Parts: sequence; C-alpha cells; structure tokens
Amino acid sequence: MAAKGRIVWVSGPAVRADGMSDAKMYETVVVGNSKLVGEVIRLTGDVAFIQVYESTSGLKPGEPVVGTGNPLSVLLGPGIIGQIYDGIQRPLKELSKVSGSFIGKGITTTPVDMTKKYHFVPTVSNGEQVEAGNVIGTVKETDLIENSIMVPPDHLGGKISNMVSEGDYNLETVLATTEKDGQKTSLKMYHRWPVRKPRPYKNRYDPTVPLITGQRVIDTFFPIAKGGTGSIPGAFGTGKTVTLHQIAKWADSQVVVYIGCGERGNEMTEVLVEFPHLKDPRSGKPLMDRTVLVANTSNMPVAAREASIYTGVTIAEYYRDMGKDVVLVADSTSRWAESLREMSGRLEEMPAEEGYPSYLASRLAEFYERAGRVRAIGSPDRDGSVTLVGAVSPSGGDFTEPVTTHTMRFIKTFWALDAKLAYSRHYPSINWMNSYSGYLGDIAKWWGENINEDWLSLRSEAYGILQREDTLKEIVRLLGPEALPDEEKLILEVARMIKIGLLQQNSFDDVDTYCSPQKQYKLLKLLVEFYRRGQQALKEGTALADIRAMPIITTLLKARMDIKDNEISKLDQLDIDMKEQFKSIMGVKVSN
Amino acid sequence: MTDKGGVQYSKIAEIKGPLVVVDDVENAAFDELVEIETKEGERRLGKVLEVGNGKAIVQVFEGTSGLSISGTSAKFVGKLMEMPVSKEVLGRVFDGLGRPKDGLPDPIADKFIDINGEPMNPEQREYPKDFIQTGVSVIDGMITLVRGQKLPIFSGSGMSHNILAAQIARQASVVGTKDDFAVVFAAIGVQYSEAEYFRRSLEESGALKRSVLFLNTADDPAIERIITPRVALTVAEYLAFDLGMHVLVILTDMTNYAEALREISAAREEVPGRKGYPGYLYTDLSTIYERAGKLNGRKGSVTQVPILSMPSDDITHPIPDLTGYITEGQVVLGRDLFRQGVYPPINILMSLSRLMKDGIGEGSTRADHSEVSNQVYDAYSRAQEVRALAGIVGKAGLTEIDLKYMDVGDVFEKEFLTQATDENRTIEETLNLLWKIVSKLPKNEITKIKDKYIDQYYQGK
Repeated sequence: MAAKGRIVWVSGPAVRADGMSDAKMYETVVVGNSKLVGEVIRLTGDVAFIQVYESTSGLKPGEPVVGTGNPLSVLLGPGIIGQIYDGIQRPLKELSKVSGSFIGKGITTTPVDMTKKYHFVPTVSNGEQVEAGNVIGTVKETDLIENSIMVPPDHLGGKISNMVSEGDYNLETVLATTEKDGQKTSLKMYHRWPVRKPRPYKNRYDPTVPLITGQRVIDTFFPIAKGGTGSIPGAFGTGKTVTLHQIAKWADSQVVVYIGCGERGNEMTEVLVEFPHLKDPRSGKPLMDRTVLVANTSNMPVAAREASIYTGVTIAEYYRDMGKDVVLVADSTSRWAESLREMSGRLEEMPAEEGYPSYLASRLAEFYERAGRVRAIGSPDRDGSVTLVGAVSPSGGDFTEPVTTHTMRFIKTFWALDAKLAYSRHYPSINWMNSYSGYLGDIAKWWGENINEDWLSLRSEAYGILQREDTLKEIVRLLGPEALPDEEKLILEVARMIKIGLLQQNSFDDVDTYCSPQKQYKLLKLLVEFYRRGQQALKEGTALADIRAMPIITTLLKARMDIKDNEISKLDQLDIDMKEQFKSIMGVKVSN
Repeated sequence: MTDKGGVQYSKIAEIKGPLVVVDDVENAAFDELVEIETKEGERRLGKVLEVGNGKAIVQVFEGTSGLSISGTSAKFVGKLMEMPVSKEVLGRVFDGLGRPKDGLPDPIADKFIDINGEPMNPEQREYPKDFIQTGVSVIDGMITLVRGQKLPIFSGSGMSHNILAAQIARQASVVGTKDDFAVVFAAIGVQYSEAEYFRRSLEESGALKRSVLFLNTADDPAIERIITPRVALTVAEYLAFDLGMHVLVILTDMTNYAEALREISAAREEVPGRKGYPGYLYTDLSTIYERAGKLNGRKGSVTQVPILSMPSDDITHPIPDLTGYITEGQVVLGRDLFRQGVYPPINILMSLSRLMKDGIGEGSTRADHSEVSNQVYDAYSRAQEVRALAGIVGKAGLTEIDLKYMDVGDVFEKEFLTQATDENRTIEETLNLLWKIVSKLPKNEITKIKDKYIDQYYQGK
C-alpha cells in the first residue's frame, strides 16, 4: 500500500511530509504537483524526511507526496552502454528532448530504449532448471559488448518454458517463463536492482592481474589490480581529471563507468565529444562502445549527486556479473561526501569532523567494498571484476582532511597528486615519495610471466634512485650541487632522466598518451642500464662532464614521444647506441 | 494575516540579521519572491529560504536595518525572482538587484527569466574550443582563454586585477570573426572607484554601448550581493543563447559574494564548514560559475572572468580553493611580481587554463604552440629553482647551464610577461617571444618540443 502524504516543510533539497506512516526507509516517492523524484531518508511518527533529486524551487507546503513502494533502483539491460545518465539514471539525451538545453523538472523517461530490438541467442532450452544468476542467452549490445541476459539475482529460479527461438526482440518481450512451486514468472532482457544493495556473488578472489592503464607512473611504479581500489587526491589544478580520463580511455577493461559527481559540465561534454572518436588500442573500436557516463554536475541537484555513486557502481556490478572486467571512475568522492554533509545538516544530525556526518567513514567503506574480482552466481561460471578509482578533492590540498584520511583506510593504491609538481608542469603530478600501491607483490608475477622476469628488480632499482635523489636534494638545497661527489651527482642526473623520460607523460601527445607494458619495460630498462654503465664509467675514471654531454641523453628523454608502440624495436637500437657512446667516452680501457 | 486591497499580507514574527520570520503563512513556496512593506510604505525585496508549519524564513536583500516587528508586513508575490530582459538592456546601468540605476526607465521586457537559471544539460553543451585573443601575451601564450570558459583571476588586495580585467574586456576578440559580442559587468561589493574605473574604461574604448553594468558597491546592502551575479548571468544567458551574442562576464569581487552567503548561513545557525563558510559553498558557487558555456545548435557563448581577492593572499582559503575546483583553470597574480612593478603580475606556475589544449594548435593559433609553451613552463620553473639556489650559494656557485636558466627567467619577465595596459599583441608576436625565450637554452635542454619545430623556429646557436 503506497503512502500518500502532504508536504509540511521545504528547505532546499529537504522536504518533510506528514501522513507518511506507510512509507519505508529509502523508498522512492513522488513529490509535489510537479512530480519530483525523492527518497525517504528518515521516518519520525507519520512524518517522512525526504531528499529530493530535483530543484525544489516553487514547491509549497500542502502539495501531495506519493510513495512508489520501491527503493531507488536502476534498470539493467542492453542499451546502457554509450549512454549519459544523471544521478538517478535518467538519460540526459531524452531529457533534452523534453526540456531543451537546460534540465527541467519532473520529467519521467525510461533509462534505455525499451522498443529497440536486439538479436537474442538463447543458451538454455525448455525444460532446463535455472537459478538466480544463470545466463539464458546473449545479445550484442555494442560492437564491443556482448550482453549476457541473466536470471535476476533475486529470482526464485525454476523450470524454463516458452523459451523464444533465436531472433530479434525488444526489452519488453517475454523471453521465457519459469515455474517453481506453481509460481510462474517471466524473464525479459532487463531487470531492476536497488542501487544501495550490492549485487551478490559466489566467491571473491585476490586481485592478481594488473589493470594496464598505459600510464607509466601508474603501471610501472604504483600499479592497481583488476578488482582493486585506488584513490587519487589532489588540490585543484593538479590533474585529477586528466588522469582519470586517461584511465577511462586506456585501461584494459571491457567496460568503463565514468561518474562525474559534482564536477564540471564541460568535462562530461569533453568525454562525450572525445570518446566516440578515440579507438580502443586493443580492439580498434570507438571507446564510447564500452563506456557509460553518469553525470551529476556541481550545479545539478545535490541529492542526486549522493545517489549517482550508487547508480554507477550498480551498473558496474551488472557487467561484472556477465564475467567482464569493469573499471569505475568516480570524480569526485569529495563532492559526494559534501552532499552527505548537506543532507545531514538539514536533518540536524550531530556533526563529526568539519561538519561531515559521523557515518562518512562507513559509507566510504561500503562503497569501496563493492570493488573486487569475483565468481558470479549461477552458471556457466563467469569471473569478472569491478575496479574502483575515486578522486578526492581535499580542501586547500590538505591530505589530513576527513574525506582523504577516511578514504586512505579503505583503498590499497594511493596516487598522491602534488601541487608543486603540477606548478612545474610535471604531469601526471603523482608524487613518487607519497604514493603507494598495495598490489605490487600480487601483480609482480604477471609482469614476470608476461613481460620480463627482471621487471620487479628493475622497478626497485629505479625507485631506489628516486629515493636517493630525494635525500640528496636536501643537501643540494643547503650547500649547492658542487658539494656532492660525482657518484651522487650522477644519481641526481639519472633521477632527472627518470622523471622526464619515464614518470612524465603527455596525455595530449598522440604517441605518449598511451604506453604499452612492453614499451614501459624497455624505457625502464634503458634508464637503469644508463645508470649502471654511468656508475661503472665513473669508477673507471671517466669524467662526469663527459657522461653529461652524451647525446644519447636527449634521445632517451624524447623516446617516450618519438618511438611509437609498434616500433619499440627501435628502443633496442638505443641500447646499442648507448653502449657505443659509453665505450667512446671511456676510451680503450673498456672491454665491454 | 491582513487584507489590503485584495492582497494578502502576513505579519513579521522575528527579525534576526538579514532574515525575517513571517507568521501565519499560507500558500508560500520555497524560493518565492517576497515584498516587505514597512509602516512608512518603504518596500524591500526578499526570498523564501524555508517554509513550513505556518512559518516562512525570508532573506531580505536590502538588509533588515530599520525594520520593526510592528507595522511591517510581508507579501508573497506568487512567483520566483525574475529579471526582465530585452535587447534594450545593452548600454544600461542597473543596481545589484537589476533595477535601473542610470535614471532611465525600465527597459521594455521581451521576457522575464528566473534569475536562478536552470543547469545546462551536459549532453547539450558544446565543448569550448574557440581561441580568444586577449592581446595579453602571457594569457594568450600560456593560459589561453577560450569562448565559453570560466577562468577566474585570483588576486590580492591592492593588486592590478581590475586593470587586467578591463584590458581583457577591451581587447578580447576571436581572430577572423565578426560575431556580435557584449560585456556584462557585475560589481559585487567593490569600491565605487573600482566600478567607475571599469565603466570609464569601457566608455573610452567605445564598448559601453554593447555592455550591461550591474553595480553593487561597497556601501550598498550586503545581502543584495547574493542576487547581483545571478541577475548579471541571467542577462548574459539571454544575450548569448536568445540573441546569439558572445558575452564576456566579469564578476568582481566574488569574495564579497561568499561573505554575504556566510552572513545568511550564520543567521540561520547552520553547521559551518571551513572558516565559518557554509558546507554548501561549493554547490552554491557552482550554480554561478557553471552558467558559463556554449550550447549545441545555438550561436552565442557565455565566457566568465570572475575576480576574487584571496584573503591574506592565501590560495588555500575556502573561496579561491572551492572556486578553483569549479572553474576551468585560474590566473593567479603574484605579490612578488606586483611589488617589482611588473604588469600584468601573473604567476604562471600557479596559473592554468584547462581548456587551452583544445583552443590552440594548428588551425587556431599555431602547431608549435602547445610544445613551446610547455617548454617555457618547464624552463621558467627551473629558473625559479636556480634563483633560489643562487640565493644560497651565490651566482659563482652555479653551473653554466644554471646561468642560462637565470637568463630565461629574466627574458621571460622583462620581455614576455611585461606589457603596457594598452598594448595589444597578436598571437604571432606572442609565440615569437616564446621562441626567443626557448632560444636562450642550448638545444639539448629542449626536451618537450619536436625536432621539426626546433628546426623551424629555434634562434639560438
């Protein structure tokens, strides 16, 4: 029985309504004469406290509130990929057909086109028993995505009958009927799932396969695993969004969910304009064919911003359950936390640090726990993963503020952006001393087996050079570089080369924007080799000035831009050239 | 409730700070416009912040000083606050609430628009990429502005932000087009002399007749400042999207806006965020800044250059901090450069234009633009490190290459950055100056530019 009440109080996105004793917590309600969408977030007696997902300007006490009986849910079925949604899964393209260039209120649409036909290939036949999660057939959703039509996870299961034959059907077609204990239900291409409830899975595995992003500082130095969690905090202007766009573009996952949560409108537009033209480096198909956008920009209603994170992660879990690797990028979780704070303030809850509610940490934990590499329920066996990457926008760039500190407790890879690096145009401005990855040990095996077994030791050696440089810099700051012995000056020189030639990466350069693991490995090896040979040369009496004057240095530093991924054998030539040049400056003494 | 000539008036129950609490309210809506009338017949405007249980909390734009509980009444107008707009607003001067201030009658309205605007549908935005030549080398070359961008100037008290903003307003043009363009200027709590400087500057350049001015000066009511940027942007959106003009909006000073917002939040006894500013400051600022942009299928654009003064020059203060998270970059003025008499005193290392990458390059500026500006950023940042080092070990302790970077720093500041307030440089001149800086370095230090451009433009030995 749906609740029917009346508004008694309005303040911004918060509304109180009485006569709501039949309402349930987190039930979706329709608010006011203009039929705004809202959600019940507190019940006191017969008064419901409602957060409204649309602008409440003009809303009056006395207007009706009607319950829908259902929690806030998303529709899961083919047609999601390539869409841009608002925080509660309304397709923005459809909204513009109703209200034009600006977003109007009270518009209802379906998240996907229910009349579009897909070619359905059944994989089970009449008489078979199915249970929740079983795949009953497939459709081709986009050129890149094969969508598995699954029995909904909360379904009773049963015996299949009336299975349609292979052919073109739309979303509302009944594909099959199941029967169990005399109860009949029909299966369609879609089902709904409440966003705040994680979708079930059978088993959870340790993440051991790296997510290759094509970004050297990430893949080589601070990797993230498929099914892992990562966070990228940084003051404004440090390049959070560019880094997240890079991950969304180049990560080797099958599906990308990009959540623009309280961020700039033009950034979403950029993705919309750019992605259809960019080709996935592995399949050659447009990136938009694997991407879903959830856009609740900063000036869109704040309550829908809170919901957008859950909408996005539920969609990610849906594709995970088909056995796909999904990357979810959320920019920015700080704005999501602020929407929690705003609603908490209007509920007059006792605030914790900086006005954030005391449940901020547990909400963050719940969100990041929805990442993971899992075996889906039902048959056939499917292994998929959801990798979660969240941006954090700490106020004043201060990493001790509540959202950053709480996030750090629940993630394993931390990419700390550094304003100083950004000011000197060192991009991505990921600070190598403050960042860390908890997956290094788990994924080293993959690099060893697929690229080269000395990967981990080379990476450690290069990282060691950067750590040495960090200490030496202190001395240089006090005494000047001339106070150091030549071996240490060489460390400074090589650290500079690693920074320019490896850590820096120009996302706007056609070649440099994506770097394959093979190329990353070779660049790493060249720089470490340069260091080893340089130290050897110094030991044998070669002057540091001669090493510094080697023409190979500039070539090495530009190799990331000059040598394309399909011509990496040129990097082997650089190794030979380097050896030659060392030989010539070291004179005849060297036999190597 | 009393009845005067058929209109319903409600009684005032409480007055605190900029707020009045109205009793016996029936049928009032959230955000609705309210007319407050005093015993003496004076009328003030306000809007509903909260309504329910027979009460409404109303924010009074002109402030509450002089209001008394007895004799003052409130009328709920039945609509949201709207701004009358038409082509006739061009060349006019309005107060902070959008009422004529130049002694002329109200412009005849083409239509009335809700001043809060509605959020642009991100799917309907057109990605901004038309290069605006401001004639200011450092902006065109290093922090490029494009049509539909929001690029604030972060300044400090006493610095030359107004001169810079006025120069941009006078000189801004898109090379090779003759589209209609307009300037909307909103003074938010600034001194009269600053607003007057701006007006005169537009007048002298002949731009006044295609400008609209909204003036809330320091002696005008503080709460009015909440409205000023919104009426200005409503007019800007109308000019851009209804009339197809390219509109440059200058909002100065957003710090005063945020302070007015804090005043209201404090009066409502809300839980504060940082430094007493409300927790929703970010969201509120975004409803102003996000009103910049271009739309699919419409000719015009709204470009915003908000100015804000950073309290104690602190960029981590909530106002510049939250602004920077919303805007597409920032132009930061540096106190050191200002003290040295450099104009414009822009600290490029802290400045950034996020939309630059798409507004420059072949077809708009020049193919080498991105790489040469990257190299100059890098070199100038090295120059600063070397200067710091020279401060400790002396010039004698520097290597030869360090000295070259010192040189880069000097050429950058004296020849590239410095320019006269009426000097309008073309993009060609600007790019050539950038190459002059790069050419101070030996070729093997140039790691961010492709060889083909080095061959073409490098002038060093």
